[in-house]
Amino acid sequence: MNLNSPKALIITAPGINCDLELANSFVAAGARPHTELLQALVRDPSRIAGYDLIGLPGGFSFGDDVAAGRIMGALMARSIYPALRDAIHRGVPMICPCNGFQIAVQAGLLPGPVDASEDWPSTAAHATVALSSNSMARFVDRWTRVEIPSDTVCIWTKGLDCQKPDDMLPNAHGEGRFVAPQSVVERLEATGQIAIRYRACDNFNGSVSAIAGICDPSGLVFGLMPHPERYTRWTQHPQWTRVDASARQNEPLGLRIFKNAVRWVREDRRGAHFELGASAG
Amino acid sequence: MAATSTDEIIRFEVRTARGGRDTRGESLARTAGQIAPTRIEHTSIYLVAGSIDTNSANRLARELLADPVTQIWSWKRVNGSPSGPATGPAGSAPVSRPDAIVEIHPLPGVMDPAAESVKAAAEALLGSDAGEIEVRTGSRFDFWGVSKANARAIVEQHAANPVIHAIFDEPYHPESFPRGSAYVFKIREVAIRDLSDEQLDRLSRDAHLFLSREEMKAIQTEFRRIGREPREIELETLAQTWSEHCVHKTLKSTIRYYGDPCGSHQRPGHSAQLDGSVLIQNLLKTTVAGATFELTGKNSLLAGPGVNVNSAPIDWCLSVFVDNSGVVAFDDQTALCFKVETHNHPSAIEPYGGAATGIGGCIRDIIGTGQGAKPIAGTDIFCVANGSLSEIPTGCLAPKRVLSQVVSGIRDYGNRMGIPTLNGTVWFDDRYVGNPLVFAGCIGMMPLNRTHGAVQAGDSIVAIGGRTGRDGIHGATFSSSELTDTHAAEFSHAVQIGNAITEKCALDAILAARDHPSGCLFHGLTDCGAGGFSSAVGEMGSTIGAEVNLERAPVKYEGLSPTEIWISEAQERMVLAVPSTNLPILRAICADHGVEMSELGTFATMDKSIILRWNGTEVGRLDTHFLHAGIPSPVREARWDREWSRENAGFAGSRVEPATVADRTISEALCALLAHPNIASKSWIIRQYDHEVQGTSVVKPLVGIGDGGPGDAAVIAPVAGSTRGLAIGSGLATGLARDPYVMGLAAIDECVRNLVCVGADPTRIAILDNFCWPSCKDARNMGALVRAAWACYDGAKAYRAPFISGKDSLNNQFVTEDGRTIQIPPTLLISGFAIVKNIERACTMDFKGVGNALILVGSTSMRLGGSHWALLSGIDERNDLELPTVDLVQGPRNAVAVADEIFRGSVRSAHDCSEGGLLLAIAEMAFAGGIGALVDLATIPLVSLGGKVDLFAIAFAEDPSRYLLEVDPREVAAICLRLAVAGVPHAVIGSTNEAGELSIKHGERDLGSASLDALRLAWSSGDAGW
Repeated sequence: MNLNSPKALIITAPGINCDLELANSFVAAGARPHTELLQALVRDPSRIAGYDLIGLPGGFSFGDDVAAGRIMGALMARSIYPALRDAIHRGVPMICPCNGFQIAVQAGLLPGPVDASEDWPSTAAHATVALSSNSMARFVDRWTRVEIPSDTVCIWTKGLDCQKPDDMLPNAHGEGRFVAPQSVVERLEATGQIAIRYRACDNFNGSVSAIAGICDPSGLVFGLMPHPERYTRWTQHPQWTRVDASARQNEPLGLRIFKNAVRWVREDRRGAHFELGASAG
Repeated sequence: MAATSTDEIIRFEVRTARGGRDTRGESLARTAGQIAPTRIEHTSIYLVAGSIDTNSANRLARELLADPVTQIWSWKRVNGSPSGPATGPAGSAPVSRPDAIVEIHPLPGVMDPAAESVKAAAEALLGSDAGEIEVRTGSRFDFWGVSKANARAIVEQHAANPVIHAIFDEPYHPESFPRGSAYVFKIREVAIRDLSDEQLDRLSRDAHLFLSREEMKAIQTEFRRIGREPREIELETLAQTWSEHCVHKTLKSTIRYYGDPCGSHQRPGHSAQLDGSVLIQNLLKTTVAGATFELTGKNSLLAGPGVNVNSAPIDWCLSVFVDNSGVVAFDDQTALCFKVETHNHPSAIEPYGGAATGIGGCIRDIIGTGQGAKPIAGTDIFCVANGSLSEIPTGCLAPKRVLSQVVSGIRDYGNRMGIPTLNGTVWFDDRYVGNPLVFAGCIGMMPLNRTHGAVQAGDSIVAIGGRTGRDGIHGATFSSSELTDTHAAEFSHAVQIGNAITEKCALDAILAARDHPSGCLFHGLTDCGAGGFSSAVGEMGSTIGAEVNLERAPVKYEGLSPTEIWISEAQERMVLAVPSTNLPILRAICADHGVEMSELGTFATMDKSIILRWNGTEVGRLDTHFLHAGIPSPVREARWDREWSRENAGFAGSRVEPATVADRTISEALCALLAHPNIASKSWIIRQYDHEVQGTSVVKPLVGIGDGGPGDAAVIAPVAGSTRGLAIGSGLATGLARDPYVMGLAAIDECVRNLVCVGADPTRIAILDNFCWPSCKDARNMGALVRAAWACYDGAKAYRAPFISGKDSLNNQFVTEDGRTIQIPPTLLISGFAIVKNIERACTMDFKGVGNALILVGSTSMRLGGSHWALLSGIDERNDLELPTVDLVQGPRNAVAVADEIFRGSVRSAHDCSEGGLLLAIAEMAFAGGIGALVDLATIPLVSLGGKVDLFAIAFAEDPSRYLLEVDPREVAAICLRLAVAGVPHAVIGSTNEAGELSIKHGERDLGSASLDALRLAWSSGDAGW
């Protein structure tokens, strides 16, 4: 591992269980992951300053009791939120798959401020979207085809092509139905904050506008219900035994998402400005 | 630790905002069935005690309990009026008054994991001002369009279980929480030295010891020798340690077997007696384990069917039948371990909690193997009654509820632990109504140098994980007894609710301690399973003794006696043997992982006894030798009664009307078989499990187009960056239960077939046995058990697939209110895992291309006994059709030949013929791949048994050792040549095509066809109604 490669922080806590595959994905994308317990970061938030990328993994943080991500989100909003916000200021991309997405929403990291009246980013933004029980009220494990809006500002998904039939991502969650008032959805669309959608026929959890993932206004913080970290090798694809061997040359969609961010850190971050919102400073 | 009694309880209600979707209410309304209400709304209830002012209550609601976008909330003090936002984010109060309200709350003492999380989060949110907070959670359902009585009935049938829930017809708002009274120390002695035999029997039953008279007398003799009465804690320890569940006394006993010896002169420890019986010294050691000892070279390899006595000993079994799970080598750095547990009795009474704690316990067995393993995969197999069963005996839950809640229990525990649940099946038979079987399996991975742990004298006894409560007391003895209609009431304390997050934290802390830079911080560890501390500490200190200070164990609530602490089977606890110098580092690791840790005492005592203390006073002392070797081993009688078995253990289940069967075409019969619950889709279960977590999956449980086909086995790549894989599969052949020898071999063969079909190396298969039997006090059931054990011995040796672990549950019968005994059919699950040399060569069962040839490997005998077709058509109502049998020479040969073809890469798809037979397997391959086929039944290689050719029998007989291979037509000649050279019967029986249907012919005769859509539809019926 190249010591100059970007350092990725993986944050775990009681009930987080997708930290290993997230770390493996960062390795595959050329980053150096290091996993830290939330407890250790709460004790010393300055540790976050040493990283170039952040991953908030999936799982069932604190049992997802009350609601998915609620308790961990509330804990983070009161403890390491300022350190995370500073990291975003520095241009650190953050990926939050599944429970990470739920936590990021509850912690006020996504989708960001409603308007300039909020004291953001000094304090976490108010949640304006929710991830509720799947429409069939059941946990579902399923691969889906996805679409990337061409105008997204999300640095993780921007410019990725997902037209090929094997461009799918796995999902495994019980509370992934994206819910938001129409006005919020329209605003997210207008600002390019819709980062990834289910194909209409694959919107199995009943998400509004088939939204599978969003980003914050900076495009750095990316939350999504699918698990790109579980599709970085072609043998993870559910139909790999069916496809022509030549398709094995294609880079799996999940890996491309991670590589996109690592490349961004290496090439684009320097000199970029991070206008995080109206009151950013 | 508890809130003071002056703290008022605030009741919070959180519900879906108007206009939003209340999925829990909708879901209950959907399952309500015939008395469906027009509408049900769900509300989450939190009862919170603490010094909480209005501002704090509002903060709790807003910042912790309710979602600002989708939910509204209110709260209320006992005699106050509700407070809450006048309007929620998208609406206000309900539109009209409900017709009924039903609430469910956990009974006092029942685990409430959500409450624990809310308590911790609320304390963190409010800080020290609120003082100690106590929380209980509950659920409120508001009903419209249904009477109060029916509303309650819906909740009782679908949402609540009186074993763990209190049900209320109005909002529940207590003034205070019930709490236990402080424990008053007292040493309780039980006078047994002077009891008569009958009195001993009564004591055993009344005190729920479930020990036999001989065992009670052995204890009596021991205490007469010592010269005192046993103390309660000592008697309880003996009962736990000597329970069937813990010591497998039936399987390890000496058995005198009468009946067909089935080649038993070739088995070790078996001797023919003058009266024609066979005397077997320790059935387990001489059969299941005996095969392993021979295969690994520990004992010399005896001749037998299919056995090559010159083959080299297997060197990859690292630890078998000694630890919490069996351990094998994976590659040059890692080892894998596998354990399958049953949790039948608790699942019968509380399916959700029973199944969840079943998988939780099995996972702990893995964590507690060697010096700790990381769980990497789970399996689950269920045997339940048909959902359509109309007459449900008093004391049994409806089968449909049992299955759906068992699935939920496995789902919630496995998913939360982050362990992919990858392999499973469900077998339906109405005789499981009182004794549903829940097999939960777990596979773990560890470094090669951590496969063995050894407690050392002077090590601290460290407990980590959950607290000890009164829950789960007498689980081991309960599981070893027969269920009756009153058991739910008598043994509700044996039933538990798990908390997966506690276990996950304990796992993470243990792995951090195992992999600590300064070396593993502990010498050994084990889980608290059946018997709790008594068996964990008892086993770890079995040769050196231990000294335990019971008052040091953290408890969930006050009032526990030393005996209760010692035998409680409260979940999520592990015991570690830790050198005292490592205690500070371990304490820091546990603190960071949010895991409670306590030091209970020290291993090793002067006289090697187990000494139990309570605040310094000795409350119990047990001689380890008597504890572990004192159990009397009577000679048990086993009688093979073929006729009785034929009548009692034949294949039973749902069938179509025989009259309509005669008119059916083969393709109609095929669709009927595809819709049989044993065969039909279980997607509704599989998709509720996260089979992708850890990112290791290679072959998933569902394969083919749209993941629409049933895979034979799962494959994972457990080591990141390596292409070496692991296949996980199982075999279950309960249709053949009327001869458990035949059934056992068929189950082993099926397990091997499943593994081979996904690309496993047949020389690297390790298997596990799980016997679930009706009462073995009946010599006829014991006879059946002996025959199944013989199958394990013969099968393991012929396939060179050693058993590495196993478990038995030997009292699965239910006595109804009117005294009728319902025995389950003898059930033997074979679970297996095997190395896949290169995951890129793994294979799936879905057809891949048109114009390919279809090769059948193995021969067909047309014996329909025990087949699903015989069951459905009713042609074998008297169970006297012949059963198909495994040929122990041919079966392994077929497996090796097929594996070789797959590894060469010459096979496009492979599928084994199992339930439903040959044609059914082809149908599955076709609809899973979306590719049609033409099959000629005249080409099938037959074993001639005389009699005329029966096309239905060719199509649907369930002969073992058969495989279907889809191959490129250009490779057919080469493959067939290799198969012929290997002495493997085979034939090209058809080809794939674009027709979109499966067409069947016999020579020139057209036998009809079925469209792929029709086949898929029939198979998918398995998901309907769930």
